[in-house]
Amino acid sequence: MEIGEKHQGKIAVLAPAGRIDNETSPSFQAKLLDAVGNSDTAVLVDFSGVEYISSAGLRALMMASKKAKAAGTRLAVAALTPMVQEIFTISRFSLVVQVFETIAEATAALT
Amino acid sequence: MLIRFWGTRGSIPAPLGHRAIRDKIREALLAARGRHLESLESIESFIEEDLPFSVGGTFGGNTSCVELVTGGDEYVLCDLGTGLREFGNRVLAKHGPARPHRFNVFLSHMHWDHIMGFPFFGPAYIPGNVIRIFGCHREMMEAFVRQQSHPCFPVDFRALSATIEFIELEPGRAYEIDGLAVQTIQQNHPSDSYGFRFSHEGKNVVFSTDCEHKFQILNDAYPFIEFFRAADVLIFDAQYSLADQISVKEDWGHSSNMIAVELAQLAGVKHLVMYHHEPVLDDRMLEKVLEETRHYAAMTATIRKLNVTSAYDGLEIVI
Repeated sequence: MEIGEKHQGKIAVLAPAGRIDNETSPSFQAKLLDAVGNSDTAVLVDFSGVEYISSAGLRALMMASKKAKAAGTRLAVAALTPMVQEIFTISRFSLVVQVFETIAEATAALT
Repeated sequence: MLIRFWGTRGSIPAPLGHRAIRDKIREALLAARGRHLESLESIESFIEEDLPFSVGGTFGGNTSCVELVTGGDEYVLCDLGTGLREFGNRVLAKHGPARPHRFNVFLSHMHWDHIMGFPFFGPAYIPGNVIRIFGCHREMMEAFVRQQSHPCFPVDFRALSATIEFIELEPGRAYEIDGLAVQTIQQNHPSDSYGFRFSHEGKNVVFSTDCEHKFQILNDAYPFIEFFRAADVLIFDAQYSLADQISVKEDWGHSSNMIAVELAQLAGVKHLVMYHHEPVLDDRMLEKVLEETRHYAAMTATIRKLNVTSAYDGLEIVI
């Protein structure tokens, strides 16, 4: 899947696009873990382009969250689309991964 | 076939306390304000149609026990949690103690919530009854003996008067037991558990509790997809949220509602029944989880709509 990457200051911002499901979660996971491994401050996932995320995608996010925690870096998500927001609520992921409403809020908090 | 749920909680019984009952009564009375509920019929209708299940009913607090009614002469049960006590009392109340019965039990595993009803199973104390316990663990009898022996219980297991047999099944092998075609599958759970697929007159029911599904990628190669394939009813351990399942409760041996829906949809299951409820969740919370799960199933539906239910003590499903 297409996963844009840029930096805002020291924050690595990943921007996946489309669906994060069984087909695409391996590449999402690889990119995410790589970004966490290369960051010494924070990784932010911009979900504005993600229309759906399955349990496989959430599992990738959890793995990255654990890796970030072990490395002392921060991992957060922002700009969830309505369906993804619902999935975060249903899965209770909003309780384990920091969720920001906008990219601006997220970068301000993570800086 | 009829499926009757006698116990649907996991881990430990979770009875309602008086405060929970008072809360329900208060909610019901508040909802009844301005209503003219003069007759018994109008009251029953109000409870059935106007009160949420969490107010007018309860998911219950007994642990794992499910009955399959196939029309045969012998009883068929899955697991022997505390729900077994009421089942046994019903059998004795209906037929009296003199009539002998045969019980075929399919045991997922020997963790205490799945066997703790047995010392209180009335028919086990009556000679002439035959209880056959089928399972894939070699140590089944040892677990029952230990549970019901000094100092843990005043009546020793060996004092039970019914004929009790433990029959070891081989996972992956097909069996014919009391008119049911039975298959088993090994499941990911501490000390293992086993799921059962029952087929009878073209209907298929899968009892799969206490299994942690830890796939990285979900596709047709995942063995449970074939085991669940086109089941009319899939009884599935959805004890945790997905977040809990894959973080703080990883390797605890249970699954979640999201995993349940994804597996059921891929396997073409018709009716998913969430089971083995977390004892911490009260009726209102379980009702919320059910609403969310139905919503997730609707969001992700492709061809066929998946029917989703949350099991409760006393639920009956006819297929």
